[in-house]
Amino acid sequence: MLAPSPTLDATTTTGGFLLVLSIVVPVAGILLAFVLGDRYVRLVAFAVIPIGSAIAVAILVALPQGNGPLVYLLGDWPPPLGIALRADGLSAVMLAAAAAVICAVAVFAAADFSPATTETRAPFVFWILLLAIWGALNTIFLGGDLFTLYVALELLTFAAVPLVSLEGRAETLRAAMRYLLFALLGSVLYLLGTALLYGLHGTLDIVLLSRRVSLEPAALVAAALMTTGLLAKTALFPLHLWLPPAHAGAPSAASAILSGLVVKGSFFIVVRLWFNVMPGLPGFAAAQLIAALGGAAIVFGSVVALRQERLKLLIAYSTLAQIGYLFLMFPLAFGASGRLESGDALAGGLLQAVSHATAKAAMFLAAGSIYATLGQDRIPGLGGAGRMVPISVLAFALSGLALMGLPPGGAYLAKELLLQAAAEQGQWWWAVLLQAGGIFTGAYVLLVLTYAMAPADRQTTLGRAAPRMGEMAALALALCSLLLGLMPWGAYLSIPHGDASDKFDLATISKALAPLLGGTVVAILLGRWEPPLGYPSRWTALLVAVGPVRRAALALSALVERGDKVLRWWPTACICLLSLAALFAASMRVAF
Amino acid sequence: MSAVTVFGLCAAAAVGLGLYGLITNPQPLRKIIAFNLLGSGVFLLFGVVGRRGAAASIGNDPVPQALVITGVVVAFSATALAIALVLRLFQKAGSTTLSDDAPPGADPSLPGG
Amino acid sequence: MSIATIFEIVLAAVVLGLGIWTTAVRETYSATVGFVAYGLLVALIWVRLDAVDVALTEAAIGGGLGGVLLLGAAARLRNAELMVTETPGKVTRVSAAALSVLIATALAGAVLLLPDSVSTLAPTVVAHAWATGLTNPVTNVLMAFRAMDTMLEKVVLLLAIVGVWSLAPDSAWGGHPGPRHQADPNGVLAFLARLLPPIGIVVGIYIFWTGANHPGGAFQGGAILASMWLLAIMAGLTDTPPVRSRRLRFILVAGPGLFLIVGLGGLCFGAAFLAYPPALAKPLILGIEIAMILTIATTLGLLLAGAPERSAKR
Repeated sequence: MLAPSPTLDATTTTGGFLLVLSIVVPVAGILLAFVLGDRYVRLVAFAVIPIGSAIAVAILVALPQGNGPLVYLLGDWPPPLGIALRADGLSAVMLAAAAAVICAVAVFAAADFSPATTETRAPFVFWILLLAIWGALNTIFLGGDLFTLYVALELLTFAAVPLVSLEGRAETLRAAMRYLLFALLGSVLYLLGTALLYGLHGTLDIVLLSRRVSLEPAALVAAALMTTGLLAKTALFPLHLWLPPAHAGAPSAASAILSGLVVKGSFFIVVRLWFNVMPGLPGFAAAQLIAALGGAAIVFGSVVALRQERLKLLIAYSTLAQIGYLFLMFPLAFGASGRLESGDALAGGLLQAVSHATAKAAMFLAAGSIYATLGQDRIPGLGGAGRMVPISVLAFALSGLALMGLPPGGAYLAKELLLQAAAEQGQWWWAVLLQAGGIFTGAYVLLVLTYAMAPADRQTTLGRAAPRMGEMAALALALCSLLLGLMPWGAYLSIPHGDASDKFDLATISKALAPLLGGTVVAILLGRWEPPLGYPSRWTALLVAVGPVRRAALALSALVERGDKVLRWWPTACICLLSLAALFAASMRVAF
Repeated sequence: MSAVTVFGLCAAAAVGLGLYGLITNPQPLRKIIAFNLLGSGVFLLFGVVGRRGAAASIGNDPVPQALVITGVVVAFSATALAIALVLRLFQKAGSTTLSDDAPPGADPSLPGG
Repeated sequence: MSIATIFEIVLAAVVLGLGIWTTAVRETYSATVGFVAYGLLVALIWVRLDAVDVALTEAAIGGGLGGVLLLGAAARLRNAELMVTETPGKVTRVSAAALSVLIATALAGAVLLLPDSVSTLAPTVVAHAWATGLTNPVTNVLMAFRAMDTMLEKVVLLLAIVGVWSLAPDSAWGGHPGPRHQADPNGVLAFLARLLPPIGIVVGIYIFWTGANHPGGAFQGGAILASMWLLAIMAGLTDTPPVRSRRLRFILVAGPGLFLIVGLGGLCFGAAFLAYPPALAKPLILGIEIAMILTIATTLGLLLAGAPERSAKR
């Protein structure tokens, strides 16, 4: 949607002031909340969130009315001297998704983090960091200058890390430490690339760079370093060492934000880098590499997720798998000239990001309610949850269905677009991976639901009763994710063949059933089943029947888990990071 | 052998040293020092790029200088946050090791994280 | 080979030697001391690169305050060193070394092979200096042309404070950061803490004020003010303020807050967000910088003090 007209980056368009406001409003909220403190923190957040959401909606409305992206020149200085903010279709969509998730999480967290009369630590920190993450994300989605994106990335990291260690336990502190150090390594590599790009072209503005970047040694090194650094922040396999303990150890509202939104920030910058700054640079080999990592993430993350005993860890590992999905679009987005072009592959990838953001946040919120009510989140001990917290279990089920790719969800539409692109490009192996991903997702969702729907087999100790508003927020997000396919995306993302989700014929139904059926098979083979489930005789008979196959599957999965353990050791992950940088540089060179 | 060449090589070497230290030193505090080394190498690279851009009677392009000043402050706050985390971790856990389960070679059936 | 080049080569060699020593030495305390020396010598490199503003910042914040931070942590973590169990094996070390060398070589090659036609923004910055009336080009870039980055960076500083404070135990929330320092009232530290701050404050304010037209600015001046404050705290002459103090919080948001207000003024009444009307540019920028130096000094000092540890007496 970025028409490369020479006047477009030199003037502020009407409606451009909305871009500044969407950054300024959360920042003003942070400052106010910090000064006022006490019980006003939550109040300020609740005042700021509706205003910010209204601005996001206004941008959504204003964008199709102009021709081309919304632009705002900060300080009225045009690039290369000044900084520009730009909103194209991708930005508008991500802004809206961020606003929706933040609203839902705020509603959920209203009860968890309500400030008392005297100021306490957790509410003060939580609400300020929530606003900070929002402001940082908006800057990432709108920033038109690579250094502004760097500052926004650091803002995002500084806001996300204390959320991980909010509860103050030793293992969360350790997880936060690992997250901070690895994320800092990622941003330093990104900054290194920025230095090289400035040295080459004398500007860091995205549109200006897109016209000047060509294949030079410094540009290759810069692209490789920046991509790898951003992949470290997105926790793409094999750079995922920090994600599972960080997302599982944070409080549920924080996990929802971390999984749903924070990882999308660095992903968005990768998209900007590959599609807008240097579309001609990566080439076929590098795109295959990045998607291969994504495919490995899908398989790896899903298998380890199935073997988890705690619900929050399962959801965290499933985030790992879903992040892999996001990178499958890169090799499918090549146009005839060998440059990356925005088309149905890009639309599919963005849609996947949006639907994952909403669905994963809903999952974590639902898990939070279940955890609060049951007092624990061991999966085999979830029996009876269906009776005690039906809304949360329903929210979990719906978000799981949305992630599996059931129509009319966003993930279904995304998968259709990516499958179309794969068919056009003749790269059938990605289509196989896409379907496999859906099956794996189905497996662990069904696993959890089976346990949750089983009757309570022993006296479960009840924690606090989960607040009704929180459960409704999770349900609303899950429904949102499930209905994403019906929204008019054509105005923002280039979806060439119109709305593909209208037909309820046999093909659609079979596509919907495939993850469910395949997922059941995989769940039976790999899942962690423990005997007292309420249907002992039939179940054990089934398990005995598939015995040898299950043993083989479990042996394979033990290998995968062992590999995960090795990869999550700090030196190994860093060595993988540097090797990836070298591999990217080599593969980008090869393409020419 | 101009200043650009000498300090460009110096910057690259600092980056390499910082990376090595970050990977191999097991204590978080040493990792933080290595990160600072790495950061200073990156900033020196900006400085070298700016020196190449000396023009209009200024010795060094002002834009990279401004970027570096911003970067130094951000790096300092990152160091402060990381050190606060390490100190708190030491208070809570009595040790500052980063891995909460044993390194590879130990029992693989232990639950992760 | 001129004298200057030889000097530069020697300087680079010493800096790298210090870097290697810092990475390889076994004791953390020694590594920290090495890092402080490294930071100060890197400031000399910056002077050779003709970037005096950056040299001041690197010496004050990178080597100076950063060094104090690391030294304090190394002192407190002395006991943790005895419990180190996992040193990486030979394979890890060799592959890490190989990859680091690879990346360093690629970087060196990239930098040395940069094209001869240099694109630089120096002439553009100098040409637009009329907009602010200040003649220090770095200050112009920081406060006018790329003001958004500076404002966001202030918010980053504030978030670092929130992050550090979030690590307080719940019982100590709202209290004083760091331990209560005591020093011999007749000792050297107390003497210096009485002698230096008045001089340091004058120097800091001068460096800030002169940043409009010569190398200097709010960051460098703020770092010096912060270090004077810290000197007084470490000598026990004053205590860290309680974290819940409303006045302290107001000072911490004054910098970004004023920046935001001026920016919004530009949005509503002027040309754009963070645009200054040329007639008012100099006073506006100096006003923002005054708020900024207060915020920066307080923020840097508090970041060094750490998380609240002692609950405030009611």
